[in-house]
Amino acid sequence: MATTQIRPASEELEELEEVWEDDPGIPGFFSTVDHKRIGKRYIYTCFIFFFVGGLIALAMRVQLATPNSTFLSADSYNELFTVHGTTMIFLFNTPVLAGFGNYLLPMMIGTRDMAFPRLNAFSYWVFVFAGIFFFSSFLIGSPPDGGWFAYTPLTTKPFSPGFNLDFWGLGVAFVGISTTVGAINFIVTTFKLRAPGMSLNRLPVYVWSMLVFSFMVIFAVPAVTVAAGLLELDRIFGTAFFAPGAGGSTLLYQHLFWFWGHPEVYILFVPATGMISMIIPVFSRRPIAGYLWIVTALVAIGFMSFGVWVHHMFATGMPALALSFFAAVSLLIAVPSGVQFFAWIATMWHGAVRFTTPMLFAIGFLLIFLLGGITGVMVAVLPFDWQATDSYFIVAHFHYVLNGAVVFPIFGALYFWLPKITGRMLNERLGRVSFWTMFVGFNVTFFPMHILGFLGMPRRVYTYSSGLGWDTLNLLISVGAFVFALGVLLTLINFVVSQRRGERAPDNPWNADSLEWATTSPPPDFNFEAIPVVASRHPLWDQQPLPVADSGPDDATQGFGFAGAHDHTTPITGGLRSVPEGTMRIPEPTVLPCVLAFGLAVFVVGLLAQALIVGVAGLVIGAVGLVWWAWRTGEH
Amino acid sequence: MSRLRHTAVFAWVLAIVIGISACSGSTSAVDAHGSEARHIAGLWWLMFGLAVGVYVVVGGFIIVAALRGRRGTPRRSRISQNMFITVGGVLVPALILLVLAVVTVTTTGALRKAGNNPVRIEVTGERWWWTVRYPDRQIVTANELHIPVGQPVAIGLESDNVVHSFWVPELAGKVDTIPGQRNVLRFTAEKAGTYLGVCAEFCGIQHAHMGFRVIAQSAGAFERWTTAHAEPPREPTSELAADGALRFQRLPCAGCHTVRGSQAHGTVGPDLTDFGSRATIGAGAVENDPSNLARWVRHAQSIKPGALMPNLTLSDDDVRALVSYLESLR
Amino acid sequence: MTVTAPTMTETVVVAPPQARTRGRSIGWWGMVVLIATEATIFIALLSTYFFLRASSPTWPPDGIKPPDLGNIAIFSVVLIGSSIPIFWAEAGIRSGDQRRLRAGLLLGFLMGASFLAYQGYEYSHLDFRWTDNAYSSIFYATTGLHGLHVLVGLLMSLVVQAKAWSRKLSADHHVSMEVFSLYWHFVDGVWLFVFTSLYLTAHLR
Ligand code: HEA
Ligand code: HEA
Ligand code: HEC
Ligand code: CUA
Ligand SMILES: [Cu+2]
Repeated sequence: MATTQIRPASEELEELEEVWEDDPGIPGFFSTVDHKRIGKRYIYTCFIFFFVGGLIALAMRVQLATPNSTFLSADSYNELFTVHGTTMIFLFNTPVLAGFGNYLLPMMIGTRDMAFPRLNAFSYWVFVFAGIFFFSSFLIGSPPDGGWFAYTPLTTKPFSPGFNLDFWGLGVAFVGISTTVGAINFIVTTFKLRAPGMSLNRLPVYVWSMLVFSFMVIFAVPAVTVAAGLLELDRIFGTAFFAPGAGGSTLLYQHLFWFWGHPEVYILFVPATGMISMIIPVFSRRPIAGYLWIVTALVAIGFMSFGVWVHHMFATGMPALALSFFAAVSLLIAVPSGVQFFAWIATMWHGAVRFTTPMLFAIGFLLIFLLGGITGVMVAVLPFDWQATDSYFIVAHFHYVLNGAVVFPIFGALYFWLPKITGRMLNERLGRVSFWTMFVGFNVTFFPMHILGFLGMPRRVYTYSSGLGWDTLNLLISVGAFVFALGVLLTLINFVVSQRRGERAPDNPWNADSLEWATTSPPPDFNFEAIPVVASRHPLWDQQPLPVADSGPDDATQGFGFAGAHDHTTPITGGLRSVPEGTMRIPEPTVLPCVLAFGLAVFVVGLLAQALIVGVAGLVIGAVGLVWWAWRTGEH
Repeated sequence: MSRLRHTAVFAWVLAIVIGISACSGSTSAVDAHGSEARHIAGLWWLMFGLAVGVYVVVGGFIIVAALRGRRGTPRRSRISQNMFITVGGVLVPALILLVLAVVTVTTTGALRKAGNNPVRIEVTGERWWWTVRYPDRQIVTANELHIPVGQPVAIGLESDNVVHSFWVPELAGKVDTIPGQRNVLRFTAEKAGTYLGVCAEFCGIQHAHMGFRVIAQSAGAFERWTTAHAEPPREPTSELAADGALRFQRLPCAGCHTVRGSQAHGTVGPDLTDFGSRATIGAGAVENDPSNLARWVRHAQSIKPGALMPNLTLSDDDVRALVSYLESLR
Repeated sequence: MTVTAPTMTETVVVAPPQARTRGRSIGWWGMVVLIATEATIFIALLSTYFFLRASSPTWPPDGIKPPDLGNIAIFSVVLIGSSIPIFWAEAGIRSGDQRRLRAGLLLGFLMGASFLAYQGYEYSHLDFRWTDNAYSSIFYATTGLHGLHVLVGLLMSLVVQAKAWSRKLSADHHVSMEVFSLYWHFVDGVWLFVFTSLYLTAHLR
């Protein structure tokens, strides 16, 4: 390859900064389309929801610490567990993974932004408005109270006359837009904006996991949108989808919900494993074992997850033969998980592990997920699930996987990538203390729940009577929950302190292999002043110094170098080998996405209040925004 | 860090100990006294053994793998990366899962089969209590099922409101009651005793207080019970109870409750024909004794907030008479 | 020659790799994925239709007659046929023919609009309302959602027509036309399935 020299002088870099800068002040806040700013905002917003959801869980645990407690009323408890579950799934877990993806994916594949930066901003704003909408239910004193899966007919008008469930149904359909738009963006970005030479078999595993995440979202979310949408039609307009008296069906709702609900749990799990697959090799000081195996396993999980939803309906009295089929597929899905699991073990086994905080979280994840996976396999065994379902055994299973196998990787990811994102190192010592507190607290909280399940404690009860052997365990669990929360608090403190007094983070503090570490910490607005040319699965390990491409003369190559960055563009590539194809203009900051999302929010409020004028106003704002947007798009 | 593995093993052992010691309690799924629950408990112990094995072995690998190279240099190993993945990740799990699949199918096949000449019981999930009917014997009651030991029962499960789930951990697994659909749960009780049941599917504000009891008795005792309960209750003997019977008709009670042999035919609340013989009030909310009952008839909401029986304005005389009457119903 | 740029670690600048011919636009790819998810929504609704149908003793229930096939068949042909002028228009602009673009778009628009108008007419003449029972609910919900898609397609068409009239589109730059036509073909294609399921099979016993 011919090498030429173009070294941007510092004035030139300053010029770049100017080209890429956001508008100043408050308008700038609403108009940014920069994937890093949006990603960061996603992550921070999600953590606010996590803290709220967690504090709600603590309140629930105070109520359940003792039998016949009156700390919370029956009403409040039912509202709180519903809001806890819904917040954790819809407003924390799913979007926080999208947030990390937003920040990291474009940098990992060596481009300057997402394929649709404005849509990216749009999905963030929709998410925020949906969250605000959902929590505004507390203001009028009627938060949702039908459980996070809102089974009909309990949630239909005759049995839930208030606004409570409308906040749930409309909120879920609303936030689904955000998730879907985000997924579309990830897919197109990964297919069209990879750095030259980054063929599919050189994609970092994390990018693969986001790709699988996105495809699962595309095909799963419509089901929950339809479930929540039809529920709202029943509630607001009096249709009869779920009214047993008028030909409606109860099981229909359950099928629709779980057709999304099961893939959803893997939608959460897959990117979390992607994070683990980035962390473990770096701290084992070697490439990941069985790259192809892992990628195949991810894709297999994606496919298989669409064939198991009925295992959430084992007690509905469907024919045993049909149930057995879904039990069998549920068992089978343990194999791809096993493959990933042993690939991680093999990586550590053949490497030399450094026990940093991110690595501790990864190992903690392994030990926790192992148990959560095993109990998952147990409940896939149909007759056993007849006993276990809807008991605390299930609560134990899904916290081991959701809280253990998703939240632990997310904390690992925080310790791993925050230095890149904020430019400040977190304190290692405090990180370790936080990990151990969380790890111990976690197990003290959720392990005894298995036993409670055996002792016959059903889930979703606001209180229980003494003398069933449940008292001590419940108290223990509640204590554990506070220990876990303390561990979380330590990380929060660690973060806040590091922002003020943390060591400056070097570009590549962990000696990692993927492209995001090639930039400064924090990265400049344009990510790469020149796009790297990839020739390895581990560019920063195998390509020293890293080759970056200069701008060429034609449309297909002018985006690569400094000139491309200066034009506010990024290259488009194509084909499996990722060959230059064209140049994409990155749009200027605009408030359009925010306005459009706001219009949608107004429309949703109109539906909630059944106020025609408000609804129409929302539609008008939305339509005007959309047309304006379409008109301006690319001007052609 | 190897202490960690010990902790995990210890935790599992603890689980067994607590599980077994809890046999003295009365809602333990592993302390099985019904045909279905016994099968499932057997299945559980098999899976438990496998699980401990898998956890210890795989957990051991994790810890050893993490610690081997902690000095900073990778150590050579005879186990190749592919060996880990193919053997540990594919072959061994596939074998274990195959065993589980076979056990799933055989156990499922052995359960819920139509038995010979079962005792038929119809149970309806209400908000938040259970109607219990014996279609062959003209008995209607609530929140208590009497069944014979050693004879199969077939419990028909329905609901005309929301979804509930019928669960008696010591006897059998769960079956939902689904509006517009009739499910049947079949099992045989193997030991006499009183077994606690709960509603396991979230069904609204008082889902937590939707318990019931299953009283398994010898065939003879069961026959005696059914003959006695097919009859309407005897006329109240005490003056106070007779007064209560009158007041029951005059007050709103009769509009919601049925007492066979009287003018009360309401169907909103539980049938009270044999109320005096039941162990609890409000589907397990409190014990059935006169003082609780006095509180219940006046302020049901203070015992079971949100229940569909309203607080009523009653005089002290009303309450005394009603309590006496209700406790006399057997 | 090694350069240490201030915003990146050790790098060396090389010439860009060889380019290949341009593929589809980013917007086109986005629309393909959007269509995938939209199609799934319709699959969910049609599955709902058949699920409800399977759990009902008679279909349509409550003495409702199966929907008439006469007029709707004609307008189905009109709707699905409207893909042809859109194809034609797109092919036109690819070779820079502005007149064909405008004519094709207009014709497609009129055909789509007449379908929508007929649907409105049909709605006002049906003897059941969507609150009657599960059948009526899913009938209106599915056809209504499809109608909404037609409406959105018509709005998109208006924007593209406006762009066409103000000469913003050319042989090299007509992404919005590309994206719109993809969407329009999807809306037409989906109708084939909706029509088959809701109208045709309702006459099968
Ligand atoms: C991140 C989320 C996540 C993940 C990853 C999983 C993983 C699995 N889950 Fe879980 N699940 C949930 C989240 C998740 N689940 C939630 C939220 C619910 C409840 C929803 C609600 O009701 O509110 C639920 C409920 C649930 C049910 C329904 C229970 C009920 O309601 O009655 C079932 C039943 O089959 C099930 C099965 C499984 C299986 C088989 C796996 C498998 O994928 C696990 C596979 C992994 C391993 C097995 C470990 C690694 C493998 C090896 C080391 C190889 C060797 C191992 C063996 C041979 C065993 N899950
Ligand atoms: C990712 C998902 C997730 C996470 C992380 C958690 C976290 C926790 N969950 Fe949750 N849970 C669910 C998902 C999750 N849960 C779901 C889906 C359900 C089902 C709901 C349903 O049935 O409908 C459920 C249900 C559920 C139940 C069962 C309720 C019932 O059936 O009656 C219980 C009971 O103990 C529980 C407890 C907890 C606890 C103690 C935590 C702890 O981990 C929480 C720890 C605490 C914190 C993280 C707070 C930290 C706060 C600070 C440090 C304060 C500082 C901050 C500020 C002041 C700004 N959860
Ligand atoms: C509006 C209807 C209504 C009226 C009026 C009413 N009840 Fe009830 N009652 C109910 C319902 C519903 C329940 C079940 C509550 C539950 O367990 O959730 C119930 C439960 C009971 C129970 C407990 C039954 C059991 O087995 O758990 C008793 C006893 C009772 N009512 C007595 C009375 C008396 C006495 C009166 C009149 C003073 C009365 N009820 C008036 C609806 C009513
Ligand atoms: Cu009935 Cu829960
Ligand atoms: Cu599942």
